[in-house]
Amino acid sequence: MKIGVLALQGAVAEHVRMIEATGAESAIVKRTEQLESLDGIILPGGESTTIGKLMREYGFIEELRRFAESGKPVFGTCAGLILLANRIEGQDEAHLRLMDITVARNAFGRQRESFETDLHVKGIDETVRAVFIRAPLITQVGEGVEVLSIYRDQIVAARQGHLLAASFHPELTDDTRMHEYFAGMVRESKATTAAK
Amino acid sequence: METGTSRVKKGMAEMQKGGVIMDVMNAEQAKIAEAAGASAVMALERVPSDIRAAGGVARMADPTIIEEVMKAVSIPVMAKARIGHFVEAKLLEAMGVDYIDESEVLTPADEVFHINKHEFTVPFVCGAKDIGEALRRIGEGASMIRTKGEPGTGNIVEAVRHMRLINSQIRKIANMSKDELMTEAKNLGAPYELVLQVHETGKLPVVNFAAGGVATPADAALMMHLGADGVFVGSGIFKSENPEKFARAIVQATTHYQDYGLIVELSKNLGTPMKGIDIKQLNAAERMQDRGW
Repeated sequence: MKIGVLALQGAVAEHVRMIEATGAESAIVKRTEQLESLDGIILPGGESTTIGKLMREYGFIEELRRFAESGKPVFGTCAGLILLANRIEGQDEAHLRLMDITVARNAFGRQRESFETDLHVKGIDETVRAVFIRAPLITQVGEGVEVLSIYRDQIVAARQGHLLAASFHPELTDDTRMHEYFAGMVRESKATTAAK
Repeated sequence: METGTSRVKKGMAEMQKGGVIMDVMNAEQAKIAEAAGASAVMALERVPSDIRAAGGVARMADPTIIEEVMKAVSIPVMAKARIGHFVEAKLLEAMGVDYIDESEVLTPADEVFHINKHEFTVPFVCGAKDIGEALRRIGEGASMIRTKGEPGTGNIVEAVRHMRLINSQIRKIANMSKDELMTEAKNLGAPYELVLQVHETGKLPVVNFAAGGVATPADAALMMHLGADGVFVGSGIFKSENPEKFARAIVQATTHYQDYGLIVELSKNLGTPMKGIDIKQLNAAERMQDRGW
């Protein structure tokens, strides 16, 4: 099982380390041709404007949409969540438009308002340590979207079928459970595809 | 809920990796930088080459300029405080800038002490020429390190020197016996715990960007090959003939630093880069990298 990390900008190495901790093979993805060999992909934290721009420049928008539409799982953290969203507050254009969610960028404020806290995430026992850095929030979800975590009445993690999104950065801690959850989704999707 | 933890501050720098941070002097330049794919901007009154030309005392920028830039873009905004000038840093924190650069590009305010950066919620980046200097700054609470290079010269040679030296010092520490580390810490003037951490992990405890002298896409790619986590570009963008093109080309060359064919294409017809200065022509008083210790 091979899980890639989109490596146009942002915290790539941290996700690679987490993927390997789950026992899966990892790949640093800079070109669209690499998508073919993957069973799932992580869109990392970084600057969504920068990553979105480079995705357009290198043809990743169409190819990642195709990747996700074939049923392969995608996990977006922080900037990655913004990339997945159908709608971005205050902007006319979204990026991948894969998940039926609306996001607000920098929803907690500037860097001095960045924080860490303990969170309950549905499907994961006990709390996880969540690091929020200039983090976005999910302000609206469509019908097919399952809310996985709420912080102070606001949505910070959600799942829609084979798509997973979190406002925070599980890759900045030593806790691999969010990545194991995603690896489980990839395993499931592989089994379903094989059965067909 | 905890703000300003070491993880939150270092994490912000992790999110900048693979990115280009550009110096800007007004809202219009900030928008050009953001549109070109900069991962953050550094708001200042004058880019280093202008500071060199103007002479005199260089201080924190007028807050109006920083606020104007903060309003213009949604990417993070950094700003510079003088070395040791903790009040300038407190002002920048109060304004809500996302990162403070305690920078040798400005005239130092204190010739003995750097700012105690642990006392801030906002993260700091500091320059370093070697591992001892880098670990001293991290010991004081810096969340990101950058090479000093020689700012405002458009000459990459000093940034290369600093990056190569830090890399070789990391390799040396990693290969030492544990018995040798305390003496090495003493010789480097670095905190023992951080030397131990470098020994155990084989890398710096925070991200390390290249800065000072990056003027072309090939310069940016060179620094990425030497192990930089990302690149700061000062005078190189807005002192070139075509800032939009230079900015875009440097961003792409940083992402795809191993793709030489692409960098060839990016480097074509860019127009004149910033005019450079040979380091050998600078007298000792003009060398910004010698400020800080």
